[in-house]
Amino acid sequence: MRLTRSWLRDFVPVDLPADELAEMLSDLGLEVEDVRATGVVPPEVVVARVVEVRPHPDADRIRLVDVDPGDGSVLQVCCGADNMSAGDLVALAPVGTVMPDGLEIASRRMRGQVSDGMLCSERELGLGDGHAGILVLDRPATPGTPLVEELGVLPDVVVEVDVLPNRPDALSILGIARDVAARTGLPLDGSSGPSPIPDGAPEGASVSVEDPGLCGRFAVCVLDDVAVGPSPPWIADRLVAAGMRPINVVVDVTNYVMLELGQPSHAFDAALVPGGHLGVRRARPGERLVTLDGVERELAPVDGVVVDRDDRILALAGVMGGAATEISGSTTSVLLEVAWWDPATIAATSARLGVHSEASLRFKRGVDTAMGRRALDRIVALLAEHAGATVRPGVAEFVGELPQAPTVDLRPDRVRRTLGREFPVEEIRQILEPIGFAVGAVTGEGPDASCPVEVPTWRPDCAAEVDLVEEVGRMYGLSRLPRTLPSITQRGRLSQAQVRRRAIRRTLVGAGLSEAMPLPFLAPGDLERCELPVTGLLLANPLAAEESVLRPSLLPGLVAAVAYNAAHRSTEVRLFEIGRVFEVGPGVLTEVEASVAAGRVLGGERERLAAVLGGRQAGSAVRLLEAVLGSIGVGVPELRNGAVPGLHPGRSARVFLGADGGVEVGAVGEVHPVVLERHGITETVAWLDLDLGTLLAMRVPSRQARAVSRYPSADVDLAFVVDDEVPASTLRNAIVAAGAPLVVSVTLFDVFRSDALGPGRRSIAYTVRFQAPDRTLRDAEVAEVRGRIISAVESLSGVALRA
Amino acid sequence: MEGRDPAVGHDGVDAGSDEHGAARGYGRVSGGHDEILEELVTLAADGLEELASIDDVSELGPAASRFLGKHSRLAQLKAGLRDVAAEHRAQVGEALNHARTQIESAVEVRRATLGEAAVRARLEAERLDLTEELGRDRHGHLHVITQTWEELEDVFVGMGFTVADGPEVETDWFNFEALNLPPSHPARSLWDTLYLDDSGIEGVAAEQLLLRTHTSPVQIRSMLDAVRRGDGPPIHVVCPGRVYRRDTADATHLPVFHQIEMLVVDRAVSMADLAGTIEAFTKAYFGEDLTSRLRPSYFPFTEPSAEVDISQPDGSWLEVGGCGMVHPNVLRACGLDPEEWSGFAFGFGIDRLAKIRHGVDDLRDFVTNDIRFLEQL
Repeated sequence: MRLTRSWLRDFVPVDLPADELAEMLSDLGLEVEDVRATGVVPPEVVVARVVEVRPHPDADRIRLVDVDPGDGSVLQVCCGADNMSAGDLVALAPVGTVMPDGLEIASRRMRGQVSDGMLCSERELGLGDGHAGILVLDRPATPGTPLVEELGVLPDVVVEVDVLPNRPDALSILGIARDVAARTGLPLDGSSGPSPIPDGAPEGASVSVEDPGLCGRFAVCVLDDVAVGPSPPWIADRLVAAGMRPINVVVDVTNYVMLELGQPSHAFDAALVPGGHLGVRRARPGERLVTLDGVERELAPVDGVVVDRDDRILALAGVMGGAATEISGSTTSVLLEVAWWDPATIAATSARLGVHSEASLRFKRGVDTAMGRRALDRIVALLAEHAGATVRPGVAEFVGELPQAPTVDLRPDRVRRTLGREFPVEEIRQILEPIGFAVGAVTGEGPDASCPVEVPTWRPDCAAEVDLVEEVGRMYGLSRLPRTLPSITQRGRLSQAQVRRRAIRRTLVGAGLSEAMPLPFLAPGDLERCELPVTGLLLANPLAAEESVLRPSLLPGLVAAVAYNAAHRSTEVRLFEIGRVFEVGPGVLTEVEASVAAGRVLGGERERLAAVLGGRQAGSAVRLLEAVLGSIGVGVPELRNGAVPGLHPGRSARVFLGADGGVEVGAVGEVHPVVLERHGITETVAWLDLDLGTLLAMRVPSRQARAVSRYPSADVDLAFVVDDEVPASTLRNAIVAAGAPLVVSVTLFDVFRSDALGPGRRSIAYTVRFQAPDRTLRDAEVAEVRGRIISAVESLSGVALRA
Repeated sequence: MEGRDPAVGHDGVDAGSDEHGAARGYGRVSGGHDEILEELVTLAADGLEELASIDDVSELGPAASRFLGKHSRLAQLKAGLRDVAAEHRAQVGEALNHARTQIESAVEVRRATLGEAAVRARLEAERLDLTEELGRDRHGHLHVITQTWEELEDVFVGMGFTVADGPEVETDWFNFEALNLPPSHPARSLWDTLYLDDSGIEGVAAEQLLLRTHTSPVQIRSMLDAVRRGDGPPIHVVCPGRVYRRDTADATHLPVFHQIEMLVVDRAVSMADLAGTIEAFTKAYFGEDLTSRLRPSYFPFTEPSAEVDISQPDGSWLEVGGCGMVHPNVLRACGLDPEEWSGFAFGFGIDRLAKIRHGVDDLRDFVTNDIRFLEQL
């Protein structure tokens, strides 16, 4: 809602400067989006005559303008606009002028040319939004005259208020003035005066309403002798300032009164409404109406419509009038209608058709149920004054199911408990009555003492005690409330899982990885492109098809990130992500079926961790896996070679943790070369993916230290020829088992293949280190264990000691 | 060693010791001791000269044993000491020791000198220009959203809060209805909601599954959990998390972003407690010299509701988030009697804070994952 201070002053004599007015409105909960002082033309700015316009020798976009400032001299001014020519009268800010934005005009050079002043645009002078060129006067004037004098502009303030959904009353100048008056203590001139409509039986107007739930009030009067022309400038100017386009005096006055009082209305050309009869009903399926904007709209039974005597649809109730009965230049008689429409109906129609008019906005939020007649009076008075209209006696009016403003019991103790400050009932009265609430006498004692509060008709949001408490706090000023700290008996801390998540992040960063956060949406086909099974939840209303799938895997996002970086010539990029993945799971059903009581996690949503290592091979991912698991102490992973979707089938393994086969917690390997190729990635990309939710939920006892032996250790190198089917981990496990407890480390140091070894086999060599905690090992002991290890390993099928 | 010059000299000593002794004017001549003394001087001088000429540390050892070893001339002379007249024996012995000491220390000096030279030469050979940037590796960086998120968590933990989370796919009940937003509530339009296509999910009514539009459902879960477990309020939690809106990504909007929300439920907490808690948070996170203010606002799940502004060093106010007293209907939905319990909540966007604090112009930089961006923060 945009308003001017001058308009506000019709109701309350407020004279605050722009910033203080904005500050006050914000503190009242009327959030100021924008505030601008207008008409503050500096007194030094004068009318000047353009003598000559020349190009700048060294700058295409700058003109050199010689102007006559009225004192007989000629000044050269550099100007970026080119909408002026010799003889034009323009606004000159001479050297020394302080512009509204604080800029002081000085003599300066632009690309070597002197500029003694500035030619101003409308916006620079706070006169309007025009900034396409400089202001060129459209009337004769004498150079040297101060512009303020010439234009007769008055300083004003334009404020744009973002009215919150619970404050329909603030969608009017009157409503905002009421808050301002209450806060400043200035008087509110809210009087309406006697009605200009003579009493009597309505002539030439009748109404009928089929659905009283749809329409709480429907009132119509008739105006004759209407001269439909342009509005007087002050009405047009205020509409423009409020962001509306002036059309003609009849339409403008209805809009003007809507902005002023918050009550929308509609004017029909009476000549086009047979018998002056207006009816109200719900639309029927398939009915159509061409609305004022020229669009033919298909109506639905939820919509309210205004019809004529012959049941012809004239208007879409509360949303937009029809084109057929529009006010035109030839209109002389006007059927003027004000109504109160059911907010839910208007909200539904407005949403269904995507039509959001100023009228529908007010109706769907809830118009003052008592404002109808007053608005009618105001419109009639303005049209009588500015369009020569005469009004026929009487108002045809239907009153249906208007919501009654409630009386709500308010306990001062509840105010105290909620706001944290004592508000005696007298103070509550002083706070609430200026905004229209009537606070009755207190009954009861102590904490239960309460007073009845009558809610005004323009505050449909106030229906319960808490709403009144809020009003007390709002009008008192939330920032004036005391500030206390509640006592917290609980100890603040992170859970073990949260601590571990942080440890993992730091391990990954320490390993040189940066954290990525791709959007969790995928396009159809992304999963296929990544050789992943097509699962994942679909969005019902995605903004774009590219964002219509909720990812079931972190792989597409991270591979895309590697591809993006590669395309921008950053290779060997290493990234990780911690985020949720989604799949349809049976848990979803359980949760919805018992939506209140069900478990914490909707089925199929898991927290995962994934990493991509550009330019690295699978082994790097395995080492990263060990670092990650080591950082949270969940044990040593077991890798089982085998194909994993999305990964190189010969360079991937599933990761298991724990005894007895363990739980599968993820996968490790290299991204499938085909996937890389499809993404235009030419380097290998190592991959790690872990079910973080499972890892964080694992119970991990504190790790226990083991004394490091003080005695010398002995190393033995062992090389085996191993069939490709036998994983190295099998060898290692056999070595450790056979050498226990003297084996302290097993380090693989060489793998090779050769013609001598033959196909399908490789040589694997380990350094095995022996050490006892309590003595120096004797050569014989080492030899004995070595022998045990060799025979244990050789008993595996497909393994032999290399000769 | 036999047959070398020193051995000859040895013979020579025996031959002409008297003459030498007389010539040097040593008192009483006896057994050629002054020849021995003479020879020792020469021996030492020759030894020093030869040692000084050695440049290879590996030659030092052999040279030392040539002068000092079992078969050296010095050893022979020492062996011959018993033949020296008793009255000169002490003098000759001292001279022997002197010569030995001289040579020994010359060996050590030479060894040290050569050692130092070797180190110097090695150091010189290993000289590197450290401004050469070969072998530079990438450093890892936490995403700036995570950095901000964790910092905020830490501030709240320091104030006594614990940290809760919840699912990103939510039900309508948790995201809206329990938050005083029944299905027909006009304010639902404030959130552009992404719904899940539940047509393939058996037993799910339409528009029941959605991507949470705020972290507030975690408040509901926290309250329900507390009530269900029976350890009920007081509740002091913060709920950071990822939230979704049906929004096109541009410089100031993302369809996916992050919020953190604080919830306190206790027997008698008030708006004054809320204002005080926000002020404490402001000083802890933004700085001791900054302050907060509340402006009335509207949210369906709180009443009174307020916007929270934080003062800036330049005197302006930064709009940070929303807050308010938990609406009685929300408490009721969680099984809490609003006459017995009251609560307050304060929530705000993590991304926007990170954007402002780190001078990020375009929010899309947060999700593009350009390493050139990630490595700056």
